[in-house]
Amino acid sequence: MTALLLRDLKLSVRAGGGALIGVLFFMTVVAVIPFGVGPDLNLLSRIGPAIVWIGALLSALLGLDRLFQTDREDGSLDLLLMQEHPLVLTVLLKCLAHWLGNGLPLVIASPLLGLFMNMSEMAIGATMLTLLVGTPALTFIGAVGAAVAVALPRGGLLVSILVLPLAIPVLIFGVSASYAAVEDPAPFMPPFLILVAITMFFAVLGPLGAALALRNASD
Amino acid sequence: MTESLAITKLSDLANPTRFLALAARILPWMAAVTASLFAIGLYLSFATEGDYQQGQTVRIMYVHVPAAWLSMMCYSVMALSAIGTLVWRHPLADVSHKAAAPLGAAFTLIALATGSLWGRPMWGTWWVWDARLTSVFVLFLMYLGLIALNRAMDDPSKAARVSAVLILVGFVNIPIIKFSVDWWNTLHQPASVIRLDGPTIDGEFLWPLLVMAIAFTLLFFTLHIAAMRNEIWRRRVAAQRRLAARAAGREA
Amino acid sequence: MRLTADGLAARRGEDLIFKDVSFDLRTGESLVLTGRNGSGKSTLLRVVAGLLRPESGRVEWYSESAESGMRAAEACHYLGHRNAMKAELSVAENLAFWKNFFGDVKGGHGLPVYEAAELVGLGSIVHLPFGYLSAGQQRRMAFAKLLVAYRPVWILDEATAALDVNAEGVFTTLINAHLSEGGILLAATHQPLGLENARELRMTGFAGVGEGTW
Repeated sequence: MTALLLRDLKLSVRAGGGALIGVLFFMTVVAVIPFGVGPDLNLLSRIGPAIVWIGALLSALLGLDRLFQTDREDGSLDLLLMQEHPLVLTVLLKCLAHWLGNGLPLVIASPLLGLFMNMSEMAIGATMLTLLVGTPALTFIGAVGAAVAVALPRGGLLVSILVLPLAIPVLIFGVSASYAAVEDPAPFMPPFLILVAITMFFAVLGPLGAALALRNASD
Repeated sequence: MTESLAITKLSDLANPTRFLALAARILPWMAAVTASLFAIGLYLSFATEGDYQQGQTVRIMYVHVPAAWLSMMCYSVMALSAIGTLVWRHPLADVSHKAAAPLGAAFTLIALATGSLWGRPMWGTWWVWDARLTSVFVLFLMYLGLIALNRAMDDPSKAARVSAVLILVGFVNIPIIKFSVDWWNTLHQPASVIRLDGPTIDGEFLWPLLVMAIAFTLLFFTLHIAAMRNEIWRRRVAAQRRLAARAAGREA
Repeated sequence: MRLTADGLAARRGEDLIFKDVSFDLRTGESLVLTGRNGSGKSTLLRVVAGLLRPESGRVEWYSESAESGMRAAEACHYLGHRNAMKAELSVAENLAFWKNFFGDVKGGHGLPVYEAAELVGLGSIVHLPFGYLSAGQQRRMAFAKLLVAYRPVWILDEATAALDVNAEGVFTTLINAHLSEGGILLAATHQPLGLENARELRMTGFAGVGEGTW
């Protein structure tokens, strides 16, 4: 089974893979925000965690439609579906590989963007930590959307529309935990633990839903 | 017979095989000259006294300024190569701008990182959205975008033409970006803009800076030629492998 | 070993494409589906491979070594129109992945990657990226995928389309070897595969609108 993880990881870093493009998109989205709101460092440092989180959310969505699509196009998906590994486990591994190839680079790039947003060291650390915990949930939720839209010719946009509303809780608790770390009265742990819980919950529900959708979407 | 004689001569001179032969001959020399210039430049950089205002951090300038200069020169080299790709469809031009993109990104990154290191003690923050810094950052994003585009396409000659178009559009756009960013920043933040002008450069700083600038420029050309050579080799290996695949089909 | 289908019916869109298809294949037997385009050959194969849910009927698999409750699809290799190989990875990486991912069903062993490639006549180019190969070579390598992991049942959908005579011969040899070792073959084809004593099932297509639902 680790063969699948390794194969998907290899594909994501080889030429044409999504890892580089996701990070680039992340940087570009966050970098254009100051042009919109102005270069005031105090303002930027105040909205920084939220901007970084929204940027990460959008970039995480960007590559999601390819999660099953590439395998469908070359016929691999049929063969993955035929094996009884079981399918939920196959989907979980594909999600993990996708997160390692596309989500983790975002987490690693986030401190740099934190510097651009003039965030304090504490805020940068908190944002990175919440991203590390929260972005897997985005992948797991996104897997359901990707599986539902796998047979559609222009699934990419649709996946974003389907997944964004479902990802709102992740955003809420991710951002509030990041803010709680820097703003004194609010405690950090409750929103952070809820975020952990959301990720663990979707780690189960996401692959289950995606596996079910894939079984039904095959034609 | 539309092609002029001069151009035919030029492209004769610059076919990949001759380029490889030329590169093999001049690369060791260029590397040696670059290394010795760096030795002199670095010695001078550390031999000069620190600025009484900026202290030791002034030495960062000896790396920062040449890198920033190269980040722009590299884009100009790419733009020239892009014209070569689109107008003369010369394969070496393709190779040239493809090989230059990662170098440009690297030098821009060095400029940004050293600027940030310098800014921390001087301004008290790692990054300000100063007009000049911002335009360099936008340039960095453009380099990365070009690298991503080149990586995303299978067919190298098609990738070269498409990215050449993008390079030229970017080149035309750079003054507009620069202008708009200047306008944007002064509009929002007229008073507190921190200027990089500093004190007028003293002869003491000028010499190391000059030597370092020449050393960096030579370093760029050395790396560029080496990268072009590698790219040509890579394409030859790819061609050989395709050939091997064809051959295997026939014998079976 | 025995693969049975009982009263299968399947639909494409709203139309029933076939109904009441039954067959019973035992060790060493093969069934060739013929019929014009759109007659439901591919659909039937996908139903047997478990990729499409049949409208009615069932596919079952019996074997001495099989665990009870094993789905028929798990005993099958399916080679469809697409090769299921990644152009970015080398042939060896592709085959090694599938060998590892498929694993062997009880009762046999898959060949090492290199030997499988050698059997389809392309042992010398396993180190190349899959995308470098010509269409015919890619098809052969996709076939080699069937050899790296053991499955008693092979389901081939137009496996020999777009292949030259030479490669067709290679395929026929490999299929016959599979059958003589007690394998089962289910294939859809336009060309004769050159199999001895293969049974034939003619698909006629369009079995009527799916009445009953509306």
